[in-house]
Parts: sequence; C-alpha cells; structure tokens
Amino acid sequence: ARALTPQTAETDAIRFLVGTQSLRYDNQIHIIDFDDENNIINKNVLLHQVGEIWHISTSPADKGVLATCYNKTSDSKVMTCAAVWRMPKELESGSHESPDDSSSNTQTLELLCHLDNTAHGNMACVMWEPMGDGKKIISLADNNILLWDLQESSAKAALSSSAALEGKGQLKFTSGRWSPHHNCTQIATANDTTVRGWDTRSMRQIYCIENAHGQLVRDLDFNPNKQYYLASCGDDCKVKFWDTRNVTEPVKTLEEHSHWVWNVRYNHSHDQLILTGSSDSRVILSNMVSISSEPFGHMVDDDELSDQEDQHQEKIKEPLQDSVIATYEEHEDSVYAVEWSSADPWLFASLSYDGRLVINRVPRALKYHILL
Amino acid sequence: GVQALLRKLQSLVEVPGRLRRWAAPGAEPARALRCHARARAVLRHYRHLPSFRAIEDESHAIMADLAQRLRARLRDDTLDPKELTECVEMLLQLEEPPEELCEEFLSHAGARLEAELAALEAELPPADPSGTAATPPPASDILDFVDRGSSAFVGNLCLLAASYRSLFEGRPGAGDGRLEAFAATLTTRYFELLERRLALERGLGDTSLLVRALDRFHRRLRALLELLPTAGAEAGAALVARAARERVDRYLRALQTFFLGCLGDVRQALAAPRPPGKEGPGLPDLLATLASSILGQLKAVLAYVQLFTTKDVAFASLPYFKGEFCMEAVREGLVVAFVRWLCRTARGFADGPAERGAPTAPPALLLLLARLCLDYEATTISYILTLTDEQFPPQDTGLAVTPGPALCAEARGAAQRLLDHYVQVQGAAVAQMLRKSVETRDWLGTVEPRNVRAVMKRVVEDITAIDVQVGQLFEEGVRRAQSSDSSRRAFSVYSSSRAPGRYAPSYTPSAPMDTHLLSNIQKLFSERIDIFSPVEFNKVSVLTGIIKISLKTLLECVRLRTLGRFGLQQVQVDGHYLQLYLWRFAADERVVQGLLDEVAASAAHRCLDPVPMEHSVVELICERG
Repeated sequence: ARALTPQTAETDAIRFLVGTQSLRYDNQIHIIDFDDENNIINKNVLLHQVGEIWHISTSPADKGVLATCYNKTSDSKVMTCAAVWRMPKELESGSHESPDDSSSNTQTLELLCHLDNTAHGNMACVMWEPMGDGKKIISLADNNILLWDLQESSAKAALSSSAALEGKGQLKFTSGRWSPHHNCTQIATANDTTVRGWDTRSMRQIYCIENAHGQLVRDLDFNPNKQYYLASCGDDCKVKFWDTRNVTEPVKTLEEHSHWVWNVRYNHSHDQLILTGSSDSRVILSNMVSISSEPFGHMVDDDELSDQEDQHQEKIKEPLQDSVIATYEEHEDSVYAVEWSSADPWLFASLSYDGRLVINRVPRALKYHILL
Repeated sequence: GVQALLRKLQSLVEVPGRLRRWAAPGAEPARALRCHARARAVLRHYRHLPSFRAIEDESHAIMADLAQRLRARLRDDTLDPKELTECVEMLLQLEEPPEELCEEFLSHAGARLEAELAALEAELPPADPSGTAATPPPASDILDFVDRGSSAFVGNLCLLAASYRSLFEGRPGAGDGRLEAFAATLTTRYFELLERRLALERGLGDTSLLVRALDRFHRRLRALLELLPTAGAEAGAALVARAARERVDRYLRALQTFFLGCLGDVRQALAAPRPPGKEGPGLPDLLATLASSILGQLKAVLAYVQLFTTKDVAFASLPYFKGEFCMEAVREGLVVAFVRWLCRTARGFADGPAERGAPTAPPALLLLLARLCLDYEATTISYILTLTDEQFPPQDTGLAVTPGPALCAEARGAAQRLLDHYVQVQGAAVAQMLRKSVETRDWLGTVEPRNVRAVMKRVVEDITAIDVQVGQLFEEGVRRAQSSDSSRRAFSVYSSSRAPGRYAPSYTPSAPMDTHLLSNIQKLFSERIDIFSPVEFNKVSVLTGIIKISLKTLLECVRLRTLGRFGLQQVQVDGHYLQLYLWRFAADERVVQGLLDEVAASAAHRCLDPVPMEHSVVELICERG
C-alpha cells in the first residue's frame, strides 16, 4: 500500500484513509478511525474496484469527497487515471462503532466524476485547493498541470486551465503541493531533480530550484505558518528546506535517513515539527526550530497569561536547537507515506509497503515544551 | 710670605685679562674655565672689597659672554658628539642650570640620531596605509639593513647614553629619567622601521640570512640594554619573536600550496588518457609518491625552522624561543595546523557541494585520500610529532598542546567520511544504471526473455572494476564462510517466507495489515539490512555497501512498475545472473541473497500474471549469457 491521507475536512475525529495497491484482488479504501481516549482503531472498508490506488487525497470542504489516482490495466497498457468519489453518508464522520460490526461493512464508493486525462498522460497526483470550497483541484499528469473546476456538486469536472512543462526528453512530474499562502494561488511541483513553483492564475512558472536534490525529488511540502518556506525530500536521502525567494541555497539540509526519503510533512499548526518517511523503513520526527515561525519557543501573549505565569515573560529564551526528536522503527519495510492528522495536531500515521499503518504521537514532553 | 701674597694678588688682577684672552672666540675656553674656577673661590671670599668686586664682576661678565657663545655653539648642527660633550661640560662648569643643558644636549644628539633613522627609512618604500601598493623589492638585503642600523644608530645611541651619564651624573634635575624617555622614543622608532623592513621580506627567501640579521640586531640591542635597561627590552624581544612567527606562518602556507599542487598532479595522472594496452598509474604508486613528497617537504621545512633555535644564535636563549616558540609556533602553529588542514581539505572532497553539479572529485581520488588519511592516523602523525619533539624539545610551560591521539582521531574521521562518500558515489552510479533500465523498459509488453539484459552485465563489469580499484589500496577483509551450495542456490520467486498468506483459502479482502503476516514474522528474525551503514576500511565492506545501494534501488524501482508475465521472468533471469556474479564480492552473501529475494517478491507482487520460469531454463540462459 502506498496511499495515505488524513480526512482533511474532519477536524474533530482522527481519521485516515488508506488506499490499497493490489494487482490481483479488488482494491479498497480503508477508513481508519482512531479513538484517542481508548486507543482503539476502528476500520471501515470501501471497495475501489477500478484499480490499484497510487495516490489519494480528500476534499478540504466536504468530508465525504475524495480523489484517487489509480492504475487501469487494459491489454498491455497501464494508465494512471484519476477520479473523484463520494463516500456513503454514514461513514463520513467519525464513528466509534464497536469492532465486531466493522467487518461486514464493505460498501462502495460513489463515482462522482473522472478527471479525463486521455490527452495528457499518466496522473501522478491530485491536489485539492487548501482551505477552499472543494471546487478546485489540480492534477499533475506527465508533464502537464491541469486545473479543474468541479461543478454541479462535483458531478462534473471541467478543465479550466493547464500548463505544460517544455523541455528535452520525457519530463514527468513526480509530485506537487498546493501552497496555503498567497490566497492559495501557488503550487509547487517536482520533476526529476527540479522543483518549480507555479502561479495558478496565470499558469506560469514563478521560481525554479534547479538540482534541488542530487537525484529524483520525491515529495514537497509547504510551511503552513511561514510564507515562503518549502521542504523537499529526495532520493539522495536528504531533506532540504528552501526559501523560495532565494533558491540558490537551501536554508537547511537534513541527512538523517539512509535511503530515499519518500515523504516530508510539516505539522499543520506547529511548523517546527517535521515528519519524514523513507525506504530505510524509518520514520523520523525532527524539530526544526531554527527555521520555524517560532525560533524562540512559544511567546505567550499578555492576555492569555494567568497571574502566576507573569514572571515567565522575563526569561529570555535561547533559540532552541534543531534536533531529531524520535526515530520510529516499527515498520519492517519501506515507508511510503506519512501524514499528520487534521484533527489532532500531535498525532501522525505512517504507512509502509507491506500495508502496515502505524499511528504515533509526538512525545509528551516536547508537546508541553512547545505549548508552554 | 709677602712675595707669595703679592704674586697671588698679581694673578688675581690678571684674571680678567687672561679670561678675556682665552674666552675670546676661537681661543681656548678650557683654560679660561680652569683659571676662572681657581679664582672664583678667592674672589667670592673677598667680595666685600670693592676692587675685588670689580674683578669678580668683570670675570663674571666675560664668563657669561663665554657661556652665551658656548650656548650658541650648542645649537650649531655641525657639532659632532665629542665637541658637544666638551661644550656641555664647560657649560656645566660654568654653573649653567643642568636641566636646560641636558635638554639642549639631548635635543642636539637626538637630531643627529634622527637623521640616521631617516636615512634608514629612506631605504624603505613609503608606508602605504592601505597596504595595497605593489612595493618593489628592497634595495639591500635584510642583513645589510640591520648592520647599518645596529652600527650607526644603536652604536651612537650607546655613546650618547654613556656621555650623558658621565656628564650629568648626580646633578639635580638631570636624572636618568629624561634620558630613558628620550632613548625609549628613539628605539621605538627604530623598531618600527625594522618591522617595516621585515615585512618587505618576500616569500621564503633565505631563512639563514634572516636568522643572522635578527641575531645581529639582538646582540647590539643587548649591548644597549645593558646601559639602558628600559629602552625596550620586551619590545625588542617581541620583534624578534614576531619575525620568527611570521616566517613559520609563511612556511605553513607554502606547505599547503605544495599539498594542493601534489593533489593536482595526482588528479592529472588519474585523468590522463592512457594509450591502449598500457596500464594506468597504479593507485598504490600514486599514493606512495604523494605521501613521501609531503613528508619530505615537511621535514625540509622543519630543518629551516630549526635555524631559529640553534645554539649559536643569540636570541635562541630568550625564554620565548625556548618555550613558546617550540610549542605554539612550531608544533601547534606549523605541524599540527598543517595536519589538521590536510584532514579538513581531504574531508572537503567528500562534503563539498557535489550535488549542485560542480565538478566532482574522481572516485579514485576519494579512495586515495581515504587511504592517505588512514595511514596518517596509523603511523605518520606519530612519526611527525616525534620528529618535531626531537628537534624542538618541549618545555613544560603549561601551554595547551594538542595530543597526538586527537589528531589521529581527526584523520580517521576524515578517512571514514571519504570512504563513505566513495561508497555513496559509486553506489549511486550503479544504481542510476539500474534505475534507468527499469524505468525505460516496457514491462507489460515485453517478450519472453532469451538472455540476460545487457545492463546487468554492465553492472557486474562495473562492480568488478570497482573491486579491483579498491583492492589496490585496501586489504580484503573478512568474508563470512560460504555454505556449500551458495552459488547454486535456487533463485525461487516464491521463497518460503512469503507464500502462505497469499494462498490461504479463507482469504478475505480485508485490511492490508493482515497480509504478509508470515513474511513480517520472518523479517523479525532475519537481520534488517542497513543500507548506508558505516563502511569499514576493507574491500569487502566497501563492495557490500555499493551492492546494497544498487540492489535497494532496483527493488524500489521494480515496485513502481507493473509487470506482465514475461516481465516477471526477465526480472527472474536478471536476478539470478546478478546473484551468480555478485555474491563473491559481498561480505555476507546472505545480504545479496536477501535483497534479490525481495526484488523477486516485489516483482511477483507487481505482476499481473505471475508465472515464473522454470529454474533450469533460467540457469541455462544465465550460463549462456
């Protein structure tokens, strides 16, 4: 299995969606509910018979809508297509059912629309406009960026604009990310060793980071709190942080993994916490304080202070050191996806090739240190 | 009685006349003074008598006149020191106030000395505050300069000091303090000029000349200091110390340039196109030449620096040279600094911005430097330090000294980093080939495999070449004893550890977490393969590292594709071929086996129609290819 996403629109319950990748059996999407208080995992299964799932993402506005990129095999050709689906209503929100009921609930997804890509090529991923109304999505197909408008409550997808990457050879996008800043008008894409930034209104390239990594760039993520900051990870086993205003030099480089880094994710609220998953079967949680939005730790506002905490204001805090908080080695095989939960900022999940999903928490000491 | 008295009176009355005669310009004022001195006491005694009074007044007037003329003469620049001294002596005898006199004396003498200093300065180019003007080489060498300075200036200063002392000794208001202040300013200026001249010394020139010049300077200065202890003993010593330190620093820089030059030669030798049929320069040879030339140069430099501390050099007995120079300047500043710099530079080849597309160091160079650093750690550093300590015996001055083991640790660190980087670079090269081969092939529509793919053969060739290269510099290393059927092991697609879950009859399409349960348990018991584990300093370790990286890449790439039946069979054939030839390079053949098994399993998982080829057919194809 490779595809993992938190249910982005769901901010109360902790839910993740996992897509399977099997050539022989019917593929499925598993909705994993994590019950925080009791540490119980509940699972609901949805059938996704059209093909094995390579990428999955959920709408930020509608809890029941999600998009997948899947492989369709016909004769001796394999095409990666993308489609938008809707979950059955009762599975939309977090439900804490007792475990015995779940095994019989294999329901189907309702297909809302296909993202027609016959003209463009294999879909690499689908991105929803963050904090948007769930109407706009972007898909990356081979060397094209396609911006779609979902109309009629997502029953139809119309291509509103597109851009193509020109160049020698077969250029192919590997991954992309929609920036939550600048009014959600910027995306960044990775192709080969280059990271490019695009403006979605004009579909033009804004910036370009050449040779971002020695080998292929696998994933990108934007810093949710700092406007111009971007993280990228690649096959040279490094994670690099960039300021898009100065693309010649990375701001910081992390070299903690010993093989390709497949995923890098900023925590949605505390951007000094970085999660990375790699094919050396490890998940590493790092604390990148020096380049976060709060290099000096949490500055407490006046009106939030209670009286006895007044004296803490006088303490000048030393800038905290960047460090690796924890290395999680529960996986036995390459970790292909890591994601933070959209409901609880201290919880994250990681998915490895053999289908193991591990849910972990940020160590409590650090959590309190950041909060206080 | 009366006769004597009358004669005395006679002489007294004649005093003014005589004085006038002798005190006249050009005559002999000395006699006048003597006469006056004799008469003075008597005249003073009989002052109350008007006639004696008149004589006294007249003689006073004449003497005052003489004094004035003498004073005027003082101001005359053409006086030489001897005349000056006489003048002042006479004036002192005339009971002129000593402070004024010594002022005049000092200023007059000072003017002369200043003139000499100015002459020295004239040889130096004008002091350029920005320091950027290209100054022409000095007209004379440093020894000459110091000679002139020492004999003329310092000599005269000594004479001056001596005469001052003799003149003004014990006189009120003309104490040593003034002399010392005067001398101090002049010597400071002298030192300044000397420093400027020293700064002009280009390159490394002739160190023995420098040493002799400094020696001469120091000896003369010592003579002066005996007279005037406060004239700047520390300043003088400091000057010599600084000059020595500067020279040592220059040697360090020269050593660094030399090393870089040697590296450049090595790179050229590695990159030079070889005529066909002729072997390139062997790595051990290159390494030997590099190591020996650096060591030779270092020894030569130490020999030069030792000139500063030989017994016959006067300043070698200064406490600075006995202690701090040996420890700080030579051991730390030259030897230790050079070794550290060497380690840093070598390391720089590994840490450098290789990924940004800058020209990278050839892998052979990385290997060479790794071996060099390792040798340094093992033997060379201790040899160098012992040599330094012999030539510059360490004193227990309490200064911080870098212990040998610390340097060895640095060298080892650099060697480790270089070797790791070498493994990474070579691994990446092989991995890139494998990746391209998997990505560009059409795995669904491929035909039944008839032979091993060309890229696999290239991979084996490359790895063999790397093996040879590494083997030139590093020893074999320990390999796990092979089991008897190692090379004949059946390369089965469905190895026992993975099959059961898939074929369980009660398989329900449930969560992905339930599948591969057995395989996971199996993995718990087998060792996890660490892809980038630190490499040891032997050949099998290096090769194992490279093979691990390449095979892991193959695995990841295969997982991204979808294969048809013949695609799977091709992977099977390729895998078997790799296993046949790569197992002998790895430290533990199970590593290779394990990785290839995973490749096969993933390929099977990604295959639409997994029907593996018959094992005998696989073997046939591999043997043929």
